[in-house]
Amino acid sequence: MAGVRSLGALSRITAKRYNVLSDISCRTFSVAPAMSARTHVNYEVKEDVAVIRMNDPTSKVNTLSVQMQNEMIEVFNEVLANDAVQSAVLISSKPGCFIAGADINMIQACNTSEEVTKLSQEGQKMFARIEKSPKPIVAAINGPCLGGGLEFAIACQYRVATKSKKTVLGTPEVMLGLLPGAGGTQRLPKMVGIPGAFDMMLTGRNIRADKAKKMGLVHQLVDPLGPGLKSPEERTIEYLEEVAIQCAKGIVNKKISLTKEKGMMQKVQDYVMGIEFVRQQIYKTVTAKVMKMSKGLYPAPLKIIESVKAGLEQGPDSGYLAEAQNFGKLAMTSESNALIGLYHGQVACKKNRFGVPERPVKNLAILGAGLMGAGIAQVTVDKGIHTVLKDTTVEGLSRGQQQVYKGLNDKTKKKTITSFERDFTLASLTGQLDYSGFEKADMVIEAVFEDLNIKHRVIKEVEAVIPPHCIFATNTSALPIKDIAAASIRPEKVIGMHYFSPVDKMQLLEIITTDKTSKDTTASAVAVGLKQGKVIIVVGDGPGFYTTRCLAPMLAEAVRLLQEGVDPKKLDALTTGFGFPVGAATLADEVGIDVAAHVAEDLGKAFGSRFGGGNVEVLKTMVEKGFKGRKSGKGCYVYTPGLKSKDVNPDIEDVLEKYKLTPNPLVSSDSDVQYRLVSRFVNEAVMCLQEGILNGPVEGDIGAVFGLGFPPCLGGPFRFVDTFGANKLVEKMKRYEEVYGNHFTPCQLLLDHAKDSSKRFHK
Amino acid sequence: MASMLMNSLRCCPPVNPAWAVQYATRSLSTSVQLHAQVQTKSKKTLAKPGVKNIVLVEGVRTPFLLSGTTYADLMPHDLARAALQGLLHKTSLPKDAVDYIIYGTVIQEVKTSNVAREASLGAGFSDKIPSHTVTMACISSNVAMTTGVGLITAGQCDTIVAGGVEFMSDVPIRHSRKMRKTMLALNRAKTLGQRLSLIGSIRMAHLTPELPAVAEFSTAETMGHSADRLAAAFGVTRLEQDEFALRSHTLAKQAQDAGLLSDVISFKVPGRDTVAKDNGIRPSSMEQLAKLKPAFIKPHGTVTAANSSFLTDGASAVLIMSEEKALAMGYKPKAYLRYSVILTPKTSCCLGDYSSSMVMSLFLLFRPAYGTPKVLARAGLTMDDIDVFEFHEAFAGQIMANLKALDSDWFAQTYMGRKAKVGAPAMEKFNLWGGSLSLGHPFGATGCRLVTTVAHRLLKEGGQYGLVAACAAGGQGHAMVIEAYPQ
Repeated sequence: MAGVRSLGALSRITAKRYNVLSDISCRTFSVAPAMSARTHVNYEVKEDVAVIRMNDPTSKVNTLSVQMQNEMIEVFNEVLANDAVQSAVLISSKPGCFIAGADINMIQACNTSEEVTKLSQEGQKMFARIEKSPKPIVAAINGPCLGGGLEFAIACQYRVATKSKKTVLGTPEVMLGLLPGAGGTQRLPKMVGIPGAFDMMLTGRNIRADKAKKMGLVHQLVDPLGPGLKSPEERTIEYLEEVAIQCAKGIVNKKISLTKEKGMMQKVQDYVMGIEFVRQQIYKTVTAKVMKMSKGLYPAPLKIIESVKAGLEQGPDSGYLAEAQNFGKLAMTSESNALIGLYHGQVACKKNRFGVPERPVKNLAILGAGLMGAGIAQVTVDKGIHTVLKDTTVEGLSRGQQQVYKGLNDKTKKKTITSFERDFTLASLTGQLDYSGFEKADMVIEAVFEDLNIKHRVIKEVEAVIPPHCIFATNTSALPIKDIAAASIRPEKVIGMHYFSPVDKMQLLEIITTDKTSKDTTASAVAVGLKQGKVIIVVGDGPGFYTTRCLAPMLAEAVRLLQEGVDPKKLDALTTGFGFPVGAATLADEVGIDVAAHVAEDLGKAFGSRFGGGNVEVLKTMVEKGFKGRKSGKGCYVYTPGLKSKDVNPDIEDVLEKYKLTPNPLVSSDSDVQYRLVSRFVNEAVMCLQEGILNGPVEGDIGAVFGLGFPPCLGGPFRFVDTFGANKLVEKMKRYEEVYGNHFTPCQLLLDHAKDSSKRFHK
Repeated sequence: MASMLMNSLRCCPPVNPAWAVQYATRSLSTSVQLHAQVQTKSKKTLAKPGVKNIVLVEGVRTPFLLSGTTYADLMPHDLARAALQGLLHKTSLPKDAVDYIIYGTVIQEVKTSNVAREASLGAGFSDKIPSHTVTMACISSNVAMTTGVGLITAGQCDTIVAGGVEFMSDVPIRHSRKMRKTMLALNRAKTLGQRLSLIGSIRMAHLTPELPAVAEFSTAETMGHSADRLAAAFGVTRLEQDEFALRSHTLAKQAQDAGLLSDVISFKVPGRDTVAKDNGIRPSSMEQLAKLKPAFIKPHGTVTAANSSFLTDGASAVLIMSEEKALAMGYKPKAYLRYSVILTPKTSCCLGDYSSSMVMSLFLLFRPAYGTPKVLARAGLTMDDIDVFEFHEAFAGQIMANLKALDSDWFAQTYMGRKAKVGAPAMEKFNLWGGSLSLGHPFGATGCRLVTTVAHRLLKEGGQYGLVAACAAGGQGHAMVIEAYPQ
């Protein structure tokens, strides 16, 4: 269980990087044959204000597709030509979405960077016209206003946004390995200042409406409305439109001034930013920070800085040109390709391919209030599911309840929820020591200690009290589900739900089905996971399932490297340098050396010598000495509470000395060390696909990146094989195989791909 | 008919303040006609065999004053005392003839947290009469009354004094939590060293005072904000709100001038003049009202200082008895207090799955629309049976929204689980002597004013049934049916 926790820590960064993406939904674009009737953009004139309404009839969200753009230009021309119109309001008729971004497929359809640059320039041209429009245009924003949508909005003269939780503004392009390519890098710095603009574009984070107002990104806020003479959504949009029309009129008759009176702070800031030296310093610091965070593996942030710099230092013409060209270049990078692939994969893993479950889970019981159990409770209780948290001791239970409280309270402190919402949410959580009320449970998730006997005892106890329809889900990181289900009287209701710790931060949920698990049970588990906000992969049963199984050989190799005398710090630097968010040695400490030893031994037994490498005795000796990793204060490193920096544990040298191996200089260069670690990971992943544990390469990539922190810039093990070339990987592995034997034997599927270069996991 | 009137109200933008007057005078002069209507009521009386009749014997209130004016130096219980003494004076009630005294208040003076007790002792009531204080935001005195009604129905009491008081000229402003903590720790400190170190720990931040919350605790929304959104949700325009506010002030002024506000007692304020009149009634013009800027949602909101009720000091008191007791004591009751409902949103319709507070706040000021049909159904009456409506006017926008909600089939079907709307009250029966917008709204005291006004209007206009409806923070509300006492 603790093991899983560290897996969480590993990809925490990844998780953060990607959560914005869920707001953009992809859309397959079909070219409408009819050119005459407009389907996406229309307008009506209210008094002297043209209300331009966008609505993509083929999708839940609006994207700036070719058709949307074309119709927009048409409408814009008509509005400009219409003498009865003095001003315009731009609004979406979809209640929950303004514009979620540009159409990704439109970019992916291009084959050369020149084509993409041209796309960017067309966008720039369109927004430049909007910006220079003699008739003021007010953007009325409700719902996500992201990427190209934001660039559109900031080209308008005025912005009004609803204060709804759904309304977020942001430039998430960087998460797709791109940059805001329609004037964003040029307009944002002017609008929110250089530091603010860098923050937005480099992190890609979502900005809520109230924050956007403070930053100067929007001019005016409108409260969402409740029940009235129409449905709240409908009336809110109508209200937004009314207010926006007022604003448009106000601008025309000069009641609203577009040049904002600058405050003292603003003036000072402007003055400081006017000094070239200061700007240069900012570019330098930001670049240094980006290099430190990205290890230079992600080109997009650097190109963003470059484009901003070009605009500010050499004038708008160079700026816009740099933006378009960089956009074109980025679109052709393998990093962008990988990130977009992950984005599509994530969207796919947010769907329930098993259909709607027969009955929704309304009452969920969780056994074990440990880190995992309480974490699961935390992500469940605020989703309108009544949650029971059961433990065996008062101490354990109160620790778990405190964890749930703390999670919610932190949200209160960040003001994402009110203290009332926190209390109201907590009212759906029941903490208890017995099985009372379990007769009402629709699903039980057990998160007790990872021991088959305990799991068996629990399943028997639970099955005695739960109703027949109730699903029994087991949260384990390595025990085969069929072994656990062996104690069940109804194995069709037993399923594995492997959460990653910390549960509230980690997006991945690995669901494991046995051949006896019923389809409805799976559908129900996926439905619960989706409600909890998880990205879900559904895999077959087997020792270590998918994620733990991929990680084990890599950790074994890490131990061997330590034995060969690679310093833990060096090992960490090499792994993070390859793109992993957490280094291998730190990872072992986070997982817990004892857990790593446990898993290594178990999986070693199941898979034989192939899972060898490092000597398990190294880990066992460390455990004996009390070096269990972060939780015990010592592992590969020494952890001092309150201190962020950590030193290598001097006492492990003796242990490593005892099991010292002589490195073979032929396979010990820095690059070889990296590939030794990664190739074992990747080979095992491919083998999981070969053996049918995995449903497909997409889930494999998502699982590895979101659960294990596989470098996002490589897009996951399968995309890595595609990009890197299976033959090149096999070549390397064969070289290692000669030295270390079957640890590096490529699996058949990998060999097939190596033989035939046209075979690819991703099209 | 109701909706027609609503329309006429809405459709004459350059409103002549005289129109309201016309309605007022018309209904005043049509008492004969109204008498005729009595014959066509759904029910001749709401009396039921075996159910005790409870009557309103008398209701009084101090003048309602803008806070910070003549009452500025008083304390809340002083106002409540004045109301109680006024009631004693008006009814000649012996000071030991009361079984129980209940008061409602919202913002409590910490020194007199059971303001009912302090006021009743101060007013000279016997110390043997138990008294307690209730609070339920703007319907606190409504709750005081219904509590009294409950005690009589249950046979525990026969004579109840209920009332309410609110004093906004002074509110408890506290030290910050940090400072309070330090001060409490200081109390427990034993040595000089401990004390000094505690005193030394005081920082500037400790000195920031904590003001009484303007926003509601659960929803973190202020009433004005909520009212503005409510108005927007129902498409109530600024013009409609200003018209309604002007109507309220105009009608209040007329009622005041005509001496109809007979529940107001005069009060000699210690060290100041005698006060005999409400001082917030200020009929203005539409042009002047239009000049004001929105007070809460800026810049596009519609709720302004002029179309909202103002911060008010005031107290009220009513004498409630069982009918037998009242008659036995030789009183001539003014009205029967009949059915009463206090309600909060139904969870199913208001509290969404998990984003509760947002939804709930939308209902903060929304009770009349819910309470009215409910209490009518319980009484077995229809909207047409009611001769006198007294709705609490917290905000003009809130009142208009409620009227529109009552008049909307869609709303009734979608949110109230009804087949059709109940209809909006006829404006010629509605708040004819002004309302909270013009008379003032001392939170805890308004309920008794509404009930007394209904009783007085029924007497004056000759109607039979009256309806009180009021909303309160927290999404709660109160509605009550009142029946005229046969004269």
